[in-house]
Amino acid sequence: MNAETGIGASVLRKEDARFITGKGQYTDDISVFGQTHCVFVRSPHARAKINSINTDAAMAVDGVIRVFTGGELVEDGIGDLPCGWVVTSKDGTPMVAPPHPPIATSVVNYVGEPYAFVVAETLQAARDGAEAVEADFEILEAVVDTATASSSTQIHENAPSNQAYDWELGDKEATDAAFAAADHVTTLDITNNRLIPNAIEPRAALGSYDAASSTYTLYTTSQNPHVERVVLALFVNVAPEANLRVISPDVGGGFGSKIFVYAEETAVIWASAKVGRPIKWRADRTESFLADAHGRDHVTKAELALSSEGEMLGLRVKTIANMGAYLSTFSSSVPTYLYGTLMAGQYKTPAIYVETQAVFTNTAPVDAYRGAGRPEATYVVERIVETAARELNMDPVELRRKNFIPPDAFPYQTPVALEYDTGNYAASMGKALEIADHDSYAARKAASEGNGKLRGRGYSCYIEACGIAPSQLVISLGAGVGLFESAEVRVDVSGSVTVMTGSHSHGQGHETTFAQLVSDRLGIPFDSVNVIHGDTGRSDYGLGTYGSRSIAVGGSAIDRALDKIIAKGKKIAAHMFETTDDQVEFAEGQFSYAGSNEPKPFAEIAGAAYIPAVYPLDELEPGLSEKAFYDPQNFTYPAGSYVCEVEIDPSTGVTEIQKFVAVDDFGNVINPMIVEGQVHGGLAQGIGQALLEHGIYDADGNLSTGSYMDYAMPRAADLPDFEVDMTSTPCTHNPLGVKGCGEAGAIGSPAAVMNAITDALGVKDVPMPATPHTVWETIQQGA
Amino acid sequence: MYTFNFRRASNLEEAQQLHQSSSDAVYVSGGMTLIPSLKLRLASPDDVVDLSRIDGLSAISSADGVLSVGAMARHCDVAATTDIPALAALANRIGDAQVRNRGTIGGSLANNDPAADYPAAVLGLGATIHTNRRTIAGDDFFVDLFETALDDGEIIMRVDFPTPKRAAYAKFANQASKYAVVGVMVAETDSGVRVGVTGAGACAFRLTSFEDALSTNMSASALAGIDVDSSDFNSDLHASAAYRGSLVTVMAKQAVEQLTA
Repeated sequence: MNAETGIGASVLRKEDARFITGKGQYTDDISVFGQTHCVFVRSPHARAKINSINTDAAMAVDGVIRVFTGGELVEDGIGDLPCGWVVTSKDGTPMVAPPHPPIATSVVNYVGEPYAFVVAETLQAARDGAEAVEADFEILEAVVDTATASSSTQIHENAPSNQAYDWELGDKEATDAAFAAADHVTTLDITNNRLIPNAIEPRAALGSYDAASSTYTLYTTSQNPHVERVVLALFVNVAPEANLRVISPDVGGGFGSKIFVYAEETAVIWASAKVGRPIKWRADRTESFLADAHGRDHVTKAELALSSEGEMLGLRVKTIANMGAYLSTFSSSVPTYLYGTLMAGQYKTPAIYVETQAVFTNTAPVDAYRGAGRPEATYVVERIVETAARELNMDPVELRRKNFIPPDAFPYQTPVALEYDTGNYAASMGKALEIADHDSYAARKAASEGNGKLRGRGYSCYIEACGIAPSQLVISLGAGVGLFESAEVRVDVSGSVTVMTGSHSHGQGHETTFAQLVSDRLGIPFDSVNVIHGDTGRSDYGLGTYGSRSIAVGGSAIDRALDKIIAKGKKIAAHMFETTDDQVEFAEGQFSYAGSNEPKPFAEIAGAAYIPAVYPLDELEPGLSEKAFYDPQNFTYPAGSYVCEVEIDPSTGVTEIQKFVAVDDFGNVINPMIVEGQVHGGLAQGIGQALLEHGIYDADGNLSTGSYMDYAMPRAADLPDFEVDMTSTPCTHNPLGVKGCGEAGAIGSPAAVMNAITDALGVKDVPMPATPHTVWETIQQGA
Repeated sequence: MYTFNFRRASNLEEAQQLHQSSSDAVYVSGGMTLIPSLKLRLASPDDVVDLSRIDGLSAISSADGVLSVGAMARHCDVAATTDIPALAALANRIGDAQVRNRGTIGGSLANNDPAADYPAAVLGLGATIHTNRRTIAGDDFFVDLFETALDDGEIIMRVDFPTPKRAAYAKFANQASKYAVVGVMVAETDSGVRVGVTGAGACAFRLTSFEDALSTNMSASALAGIDVDSSDFNSDLHASAAYRGSLVTVMAKQAVEQLTA
């Protein structure tokens, strides 16, 4: 292996040169001949009946080509936007999925929901046209609040109590028994604040129909173009699958929000055939706030049963999850299978019972956002564990250590469905405490107090389930897709390699990480490997990038394809060595045979594969190109220990994070620099959730935080100098021993920050985000 | 953005004439408020009259104990001055680098955003505003929310800041926008102690109770126990009126501590 570019080397990202010099190719950078522009007409009301829509004035605007309303899509057979995971309620009934036409037809259910769109020669004309669309609305009472949604006015005809489902997981009786036998019960009522994703690149779509071939090409900002294609073809009926190509070029961040199939790309690709010209749309920032799927928004009551010695006996969690106005593509799975299943955390709690009631409100749909369910679960578990320790007057570190699943207990079956393959939680905890100068905390606290500041310390020991996941397991739980990944490794005549992957980077650096993997295994130069992704016309059906699955599933698929390449290379080499392939070894880029002192470099075998002079073609096909579809046996379970120290100025309520230590166990790591960068980004988002970010709707359903004037994103100055380190227990069931790192920072950090803040203030809870105003009011209430 | 006519004036007379001859005109200087409003279609003037090419409006000079700042001086230019460190520091914390490189003092004052920083400096330092028609005492300039003493079409030419004996500005910035939730300029000037407060109310104001207390004792402790009436203060997503009231005292104390350090 090459120490500078192989597995384990911090290779600089090969994609960054184009990104930082403005040469990236994002969807909006692509323009095609004859292109028109599109603007969506969006509801100004949170809930209203559409009595009529008059498009005459809009059609009269100079430059306007067509104005479409929702009814036209319905008449043309365009289906609803589906939710791809059917969750079953306690009573055995499937979830309620209200009709979700891409363009609203008879009702609008959130501010920003599109009810018409205008196609014009220029963007300016499309905007003018959009303003000229007249709709007669009958305004209806809106439902906004998560906690009271089920007792509010019914929004959807088929959803009594505004309920999508009422789901449960775990053994209720065993959990009740654990509580009955407990010495102590800790109760915590907490909320998980609504977040708005805010990718740097707004969503965009360019739809183009070629009448000569009856084919559609959709360029769009997707984390998973194959899923986009299959949903648009099979469920939304835009076009036969064979006639639809989806290309997602460079994608500038997504955090989950670009997994989903939205109204806009549906409308643009459908209408391109009606107009007979390509149509482009790009969200402006206001549209991103209003109409990207939001994240989180839970209200939870949690109870933890303990013995007087701090042994965790049972956990009971009851959550109301706000789904927004409709069920977005994967929304139903987030507060259930990606949430309730994580409630064991790192602990051997024997009895757990989780209930999630998913409710509709007149707000933007809520779906997966960095961590998707696991940050919410970690927030519940780690906040209540810390609270319990305080109530029992125990050191929160000791309480955790007492309850950790020990290293010799793996594989460990939790009471909430998952089987953890491996881990060593005490090891990462120990390392984190050491880096955090745990034992000299008292001096720092005294120094803060001397300056009139309040100091607090908090911990968070998270676990997450990544690499989603075994197809047959998730399908049995209601998923409408398999969750394998595809890979194709094409060796060129000269021995360079092109990799086609179903994973799709939206900032993760796959072009580098996957090239390292291929370069390392084949012993070829890093620069000889090109990675191609994001195009249904070029790579096999794949499932895309989310849930920190790219290296664990996509990387493993590449690894399997490489196995096949090496196996075939051995067969070719065997003919050259005049031996059998089981006698051929491959290492360090060389095929060798004990009976020969002239090993064959990989490039020579590649050449021989395509200039097939040395082997019998009736036994062995020419060429060197292999595919693999890898379906994981289990989730992977990254875990880690985070320590946060804050200092609060009681006069202003300002919280300053003075120390943040993150020790993660991601198993084997291909590129430590990229992994560290992912942790930094995740921490920034988690700290953003804890201190700054809040998607707020007013009582009428208007988004109060609809711009950067009011929605506070974390900036460098808001963040401390992170101290990041790792431990490693390699994954036992994938070929690379990798786990995934994309979400960990966002999953583990909010609880650490809020545990530190509540410690500093001496209160049980402070709602997130702990803004200066909120902290100041908390202090005033206690004064 | 709606269509509008962009008019670039080469001198003051032309600017006024372009403004007067239009039924709906606005001046643009740095454009840091106007252009986002235009882009969001929240403003739809017929004519936008650009002041940026008028000679002499952006000069900064210092003479006889007065720092004279041209209305078109950018925040970054003011941040680079040395006569009144408190004013330079204030300018250096407006918005972000991009805003400071474009935004102007005249534009900011004419707009009179309740959360802008400069109004605290004008009141706290006892500045005088010179327009193309008259001279307006800083104390008389800020009238109400986005409302000033300027008449329609009147153009700020420069702002004269008397150099104080000592002064300091403390700001509590909104975490999202970086505008002032509360900003307080405390200055000891030839005409006495002045305290200018921005962010808290509909527009910037002087806090005479603090001025009186600090006149006899320029120390943070002098402000203890002085009640700040926050009943008319702004209350929004980011800060209640009571919180702003508390921040006025905290920021004033911080300013005094800086000033006496």
